[in-house]
Amino acid sequence: MSARDALLDSVSGDATGLAHRSRAGEVDVSHGAILYVDGVTVSFDGFKALDDLSLTIDAGELRCIIGPNGAGKTTMMDVITGRTRPDAGTAFFGQTIDLTRLTEPEIAAVGIGRKFQKPSVFENLTVFENLELAMRVDKGVWTSLFARLDSEQRDRIAAMLERVALADRADAPAGRLSHGQKQWLEIGMLLMQDPQLLLLDEPVAGMTDHETERTAELFLSLAGAHSLVVVEHDMDFVARIARKVTVLHEGRVLAEGPMDKVQADERVIEVYLGR
Amino acid sequence: MNRNAWSRLLCLLALIVVAPAAPALDAVAVRQLAADDYEAMVAAVNRLAAEGDVAAIPLLKALQDGVLGVVDDRVVVVLDGAVSDALTGAAVGVASEQVEAVMVNNRVRSAVDTALAALRLAAPARDTRLAAAAELAASADEEMLPLLTQALERERDPAVRALLTLARASLDIKNPDAAARRAAAVALGESDRPATRQLLLALLETQPGGGFVEPDAAVRAAAQKSLAEVDSRLMIPRLLGNLFSGLSLGSVLLLAALGLAITFGLMGIINMAHGELIMIGAYTTFVVQNLFRVHLPGVFDSYVLAAIPAAFLVSALVGVALERGVIRHLYGRPLETLLATWGISLILIQLTRTIFGAQNVEVVNPAWLSGGMAIGGDVVLPFNRMAIIAFAALVVLAVWALLNRTRLGLNVRAVTQNRTMADCLGVPTPRVDWMTFGLGSGIAGLGGVALSQIGNVGPDLGQSYIVDSFMVVVLGGVGQLAGTVIAAIGLGEVNKLLEPHTGAVLGKILVLVFIILFIQKRPQGLFALKGRSAEG
Amino acid sequence: MKPYFASLRSSWHMKSKPYFASLRSSWRNMMPDSASLPTPLGRLFGPRGWLILGGFAAAALIAVPLSRLLPPEHVLHLSDYYVLLIGKIMCYAMLALAMDLIWGYAGILSLGHGLFFALGGYSMGMYLMRGIGTEGQYGSHLPDYMVFLDWKEFPWYWAGSEYFALALLKILLVPGLLAFVFGWFAFRSRIKGVYFAIITQALTFAFMLLFFRNDTGFGGNNGFTDFKRILGYPLAEASTKTALFMVTAGFLVLMLVGCRWLVTSKLGRVLAAIRDAESRAMFSGYKTRDYKLFVWTLSAVLAGVAGALYVPQVGIINPSEMSPAASIEIAIWTAIGGRGTLVGPLIGAGAVNAAKSWLTVSFAEFWLYFLGALFILVTLFLPRGIIGLLGRGRRP
Repeated sequence: MSARDALLDSVSGDATGLAHRSRAGEVDVSHGAILYVDGVTVSFDGFKALDDLSLTIDAGELRCIIGPNGAGKTTMMDVITGRTRPDAGTAFFGQTIDLTRLTEPEIAAVGIGRKFQKPSVFENLTVFENLELAMRVDKGVWTSLFARLDSEQRDRIAAMLERVALADRADAPAGRLSHGQKQWLEIGMLLMQDPQLLLLDEPVAGMTDHETERTAELFLSLAGAHSLVVVEHDMDFVARIARKVTVLHEGRVLAEGPMDKVQADERVIEVYLGR
Repeated sequence: MNRNAWSRLLCLLALIVVAPAAPALDAVAVRQLAADDYEAMVAAVNRLAAEGDVAAIPLLKALQDGVLGVVDDRVVVVLDGAVSDALTGAAVGVASEQVEAVMVNNRVRSAVDTALAALRLAAPARDTRLAAAAELAASADEEMLPLLTQALERERDPAVRALLTLARASLDIKNPDAAARRAAAVALGESDRPATRQLLLALLETQPGGGFVEPDAAVRAAAQKSLAEVDSRLMIPRLLGNLFSGLSLGSVLLLAALGLAITFGLMGIINMAHGELIMIGAYTTFVVQNLFRVHLPGVFDSYVLAAIPAAFLVSALVGVALERGVIRHLYGRPLETLLATWGISLILIQLTRTIFGAQNVEVVNPAWLSGGMAIGGDVVLPFNRMAIIAFAALVVLAVWALLNRTRLGLNVRAVTQNRTMADCLGVPTPRVDWMTFGLGSGIAGLGGVALSQIGNVGPDLGQSYIVDSFMVVVLGGVGQLAGTVIAAIGLGEVNKLLEPHTGAVLGKILVLVFIILFIQKRPQGLFALKGRSAEG
Repeated sequence: MKPYFASLRSSWHMKSKPYFASLRSSWRNMMPDSASLPTPLGRLFGPRGWLILGGFAAAALIAVPLSRLLPPEHVLHLSDYYVLLIGKIMCYAMLALAMDLIWGYAGILSLGHGLFFALGGYSMGMYLMRGIGTEGQYGSHLPDYMVFLDWKEFPWYWAGSEYFALALLKILLVPGLLAFVFGWFAFRSRIKGVYFAIITQALTFAFMLLFFRNDTGFGGNNGFTDFKRILGYPLAEASTKTALFMVTAGFLVLMLVGCRWLVTSKLGRVLAAIRDAESRAMFSGYKTRDYKLFVWTLSAVLAGVAGALYVPQVGIINPSEMSPAASIEIAIWTAIGGRGTLVGPLIGAGAVNAAKSWLTVSFAEFWLYFLGALFILVTLFLPRGIIGLLGRGRRP
């Protein structure tokens, strides 16, 4: 059995495409943590976007990250997903995978998915095709050239369409969706990748209250099987889903803990309200 | 009648008086000048020179000018239709049509040049002798050795003497006598001519079968020493010359690219018609020149100064028309802008052809930009190129001041940094757009004025600069004035320093390859601003 | 069966197939349920598409040769002039197809495709030069220009150029390798958009300078010309011209079908994804650099094939094919026809070049005005080209 077959075989195990399951190249989470960010520093022309930042995310955890503008939230995601190389420090996925040595597609392949701040979907492809492209399969050039969808894969896409409430828009170009629908499509694409760690940058921006509520439900249902890192400004949303909150400020961790404790922290109040 | 004319008249009189008294020319040699055989002609020319008779000068000049001919086995000179005997000067009663002209080839022609120079060594005017000595130092023939020795004996002017010594040394270097060769090798050490190096190097060469071309070790040692002296004397001017050419090319590139640094670097507009705006500047210079020639011939030399504002205005106006008419409709679509402006460039080129013709037009340097400054050896720094370097520096200074010290500059920087915010703060963005684009276009026009002074002005002028200009801006880093300056000068220098080793074309290719590789390392250019990825 | 399955099948194939729009619904009904996404050959085009393609193939491969058998005076005889003109335009159409693949589908504008075209042309030209034998002006086994340069033998890189099979290999490998190496560097450092366009322009400019040199060994300014025969058949003969025409037409049809197959595959959708949102594609796990490199290299090879077919028909190849102006013209053929439609660029290449051959003969001085205006008007008013004007086609 070739490596590709093995991979395809492993993904076809579950028709929903959501559940956590074992596969080749499994991330080693033997110590309970899935992501280690240790002493990461990134500076742009003398300005330190991240300053000796350290952070650990446990397997199955749902972590919210808050902080004022310029606190380094997006830069942190850039480092984890391979877009920005840190000047110092390390980022490990599980016990063994050094993220600072991998490219973006490689990081996606080991099981980290990222949703951008601005919804980013393939506007000229249909909703169905967007999900098809995101699906976890061998993504090499040759494979793509001869790839064909089997019925199981089509069922997975169908299930995802239902899950993100876009079944009736499957044939519409993604560019015609509303802002909130695009957010959902992007989340759907992320889930099609079947990642173990999801990084979500402002996932509910521009959503209606109803959509926000449904998103919160979705995230809560994902936690456990997946690890989630959510960056969000909407404090009600954070309060609704958060178990543990990290506050970033000037590239460092300012405070960390349960929402109510963080909210009561003097320094956090000072940062948010100004002196 | 001025003094000059009087002295000429006196010379003429002297010639008339002296000529009959002079000893007769070698009749055999004169007859041989018209031989069918080029070898024989060269020999005759050299013999006439060796005899040192000034009477041979008009004859050799006639040969040089192609007015020497043969009729009835007699060598004759044809001047304004009148035929006279070459030997006696007596009129010959035949029609000029019957005379068969004597043909010469390049070898004969250069022998004549050298012979004339040798004969002129006896001229009374110091400048004539100096020029003649300089020519001989470059190309003396062995047969002239006695003549040179004679001239050296009577010559008192140190400059002429130095050149004559060189000329004699370059002949003596082939002398069978080792002592003479050694003396010559020592004397050649005084030279600062590139040709001298070849002579000395030839002495130091090894023969294919082993051993040296020059058998005498003492001669070789002297040659080695002289070679080092010559090299050290030539090195500085050479290096200066190369650096200067590099700086000059860099200034040209800078003038071509500076406008682009504004329209592309600051505004992000890919204007492929930028080269044509330069071309328009050059043609404006041409038109201004012609207007001066017709209407203000008295101050013709200052036409360039008038062309500077004219070219700026014309190019700026064309630029503003382009921005308002086409480019503004394509903001935010760089690839479309690229294609549309390419179309504009085609139209501008064809329009120029329709108006001025497809041929190059002639733009002459004013007197004060002609000539150059010799800095030793054979290196001359032309005035027009010096002027361009100074001009480029002035333009850069002006642009810098405009961007950093004026309201327009402030607005430009505001709009380029955050268009929406600038708009909200009441900056009239459309006006800033066309004014900035006009500024960049006008600077392209200034580049055209400069280019018209050093090269051909034709409809395709701009095409040859567009690739280079973009390379400069990309290399310098987009939006960086200092980067553009350094990239332009750097590219100019690298190009010119490579050229002697690789040839012009290969040098250019190497530079392009270098840029492509450089961009691998630093996609943002020399002066990159690292930043958080803007895309979410 | 859920509704989106049916619509899925139509979504990609149909929208990019404008001439089939009217038959869209009937075609959908013909689809068996087990159809999978990589389109089977028979469904690459709709019935009308296949009809047009078949009609073209029949005309080029049967009607033209038959007409050429008629005596030259006959009304239906297609003269050498038109065989050459149409053959030439078909080569340009292939070039436009290659351009559409990289620009229309992957969103990468190349201003250097003339270089790959010329390299394919020179590879073929080297073989054709060897075919001259000792019939050159100097009667030497060397090409005339080498005799003129006083060269005594072929430079090393001419080794084996007398073998046709090796020439075929070079036609594919030379443009392909150059594109691969260049693309590898360019895509690695994530050069894109106008920067990529400008650097490809510099690349072709550098090669033009290189080929202009006599010492480079490819005939300098004049390039290669005065070819005598190909595979032993005299190029001057009508039958050879007809055969070359047929081969060109055959390649054009094959290339169109091949490109169609490629862009309707999942790879085609990944390219569109890269074009629309490259970072999303990367974070979805696609090594976008590999994809871009693949389609870039493929596109260069196609351009090289077009050049190789062009040279024996037109009878000359010189460095002017590498000029930046020649390359940027390809972009306008593609843009005027409609990017990202494959068929549009074919129409664009045909229309522009037909206009060119007419204008440069009748109104030489107007050609540049016309071409310039075309660049401006198409970008301002026809962003989707002729196909877009017809109200069909997919937004590029």
